[in-house]
Amino acid sequence: MEYEPVIGLEVHAQLLTKTKIFCGCSTRFGAEPNSHTCPVCLGMPGVLPVLNKKVVEYAIKMALATNCTINSSNVWARKNYFYPDLPKGYQISQYDQPLAEHGYISLELGGSTKRIGITRIHMEEDAGKLIHDEINPVSYVDYNRTGVPLIEIVSEPDMRSPEEGAEYLRRLHEILVYLEICDGNMEEGSFRCDANVSLRPKGEDIFGTRTELKNMNSFRNVQRALEYEIKRQQYVLDNGDAVVQETRLWNDSQGMTHSMRGKEEAHDYRYFPDPDLVPVVISGDWIEEIRGSLPELPLEKRERFIKKYGIPPYDAGVLTASRALADFFETVAIKSGRPKLASNWVMGDLLGHLNEDKLLMEECPIRAQALSDMIGLIENGTISGKIAKDVFEEMWRSAKDPKEIIEEKGLVQITDSSALEAVIDQVLKHNSSQLEDYRKGKDKLFGFFVGQVMKATKGKANPKIVNEILQKKLSK
Amino acid sequence: MKITKDEIAYVAHLARLDFTESEYEKFTSQLNDILLYMDILNKVDTKGLEPMSHATPLHNAFRDDVEMKSLPVEASLANAPDDNGDSFIVPKVIE
Repeated sequence: MEYEPVIGLEVHAQLLTKTKIFCGCSTRFGAEPNSHTCPVCLGMPGVLPVLNKKVVEYAIKMALATNCTINSSNVWARKNYFYPDLPKGYQISQYDQPLAEHGYISLELGGSTKRIGITRIHMEEDAGKLIHDEINPVSYVDYNRTGVPLIEIVSEPDMRSPEEGAEYLRRLHEILVYLEICDGNMEEGSFRCDANVSLRPKGEDIFGTRTELKNMNSFRNVQRALEYEIKRQQYVLDNGDAVVQETRLWNDSQGMTHSMRGKEEAHDYRYFPDPDLVPVVISGDWIEEIRGSLPELPLEKRERFIKKYGIPPYDAGVLTASRALADFFETVAIKSGRPKLASNWVMGDLLGHLNEDKLLMEECPIRAQALSDMIGLIENGTISGKIAKDVFEEMWRSAKDPKEIIEEKGLVQITDSSALEAVIDQVLKHNSSQLEDYRKGKDKLFGFFVGQVMKATKGKANPKIVNEILQKKLSK
Repeated sequence: MKITKDEIAYVAHLARLDFTESEYEKFTSQLNDILLYMDILNKVDTKGLEPMSHATPLHNAFRDDVEMKSLPVEASLANAPDDNGDSFIVPKVIE
């Protein structure tokens, strides 16, 4: 039978605050175990949590960027369960009054746009980290991550393929990073994803039984896990069996999901309002103040770049992959007045070098001003496009200004016709047999002569002038 | 009865509590009384009133995102039944 997959995703994003959600401990990743703990995040008796205002601001930013309705009254709830990653015996989260609901983001899929609904966004605290001893029956607990602020973003079951799922995640990730509220580091767990997937016969409206997938730490693994799980469920259904509603763990090295056994007992979290934390009331003024501080989002930027700079959608997509890259391109485009050239240099040489040296845009040795100066020097004929490649290399190595490099290395283009004429005469004289062949009709040799002139001038000859003079001389 | 002994046993299990037979009886009867009292409260007319999550009208108690000193690791671990100098040690529970 032909099935249609139905996919919904839950994302946990760590917020980039300096301190934890309910205490002043640092949120910095990679510190010595338990060095960022205090009586509040250790859940000592008698302590009181106090909410970090930045957490609410950041969460509102994401809610606005994903077109959600923000609830004016927010209540904190205790989610009760026993596990050693949680020293209090409950996680402080939001339950029936989350921060925001009913939003969406837009995906561009092969030329068409599809909206993926956002069911809700709520704030909560992260749990600690357990390391299980491989030999002894013990686990080591590090509470540094306990109390790091999270937002949980729950999508509607609107995705119909693993590709759509991965695309949704990439777009959500991009928005979080653009807003500068999450560093998006999947390996360090700043951006985590669980997936719900079910199958139903094509054309059917009712959802099938779903499974929940966990433990995928990259976009690629989310897609792979979904692909595997869809095949597995299809096999189960085709055999006339029923899919069991359960949580399954993705195993990266095996490329499979398997059931988390021993968790059959249904969770009963007994949510109730946390008496230690008063409600958060979000006024319209506060929302508007935050709305005013939102940066241009990736999708808007992409559309503006296409319109304003006349670059193709693909280029606009590459150039807006990060805010730093987009800002760099835009500065070069404006300063040089040549957006297409700016886009070619940034997408080609600049990104190529950044990738090769594994550098972030922020670490780029070439400043936007220097690159636009270089484009200006090509435009006004000081250097040729070919020499510009060498100048660029030198700019990358030394971080010097293009003018300085051109002067130091004597790379200024030769545009003096009489000087070039002399060189051309020499070239023709030294290649008399080719000249003869050319005159007999071997037109292709024109390129050979241009090449020889370039060689003789170490690439500094202005190609346009060389062409003109050669045409004249050879047509005689 | 508003509540059964099975329900008490379920809640006790969720809270990791172990009761004797006489305790079960005692708590079942006590919780029953509490729930009966709730029935009386339920008779109050609350039409047009927003449910409250807290007894006070306070809201928006915030702190600024300013780092404070954490405890020295030795102090954090001081009351732990077992530790290895930087981490708490617990029996292995793989979820």
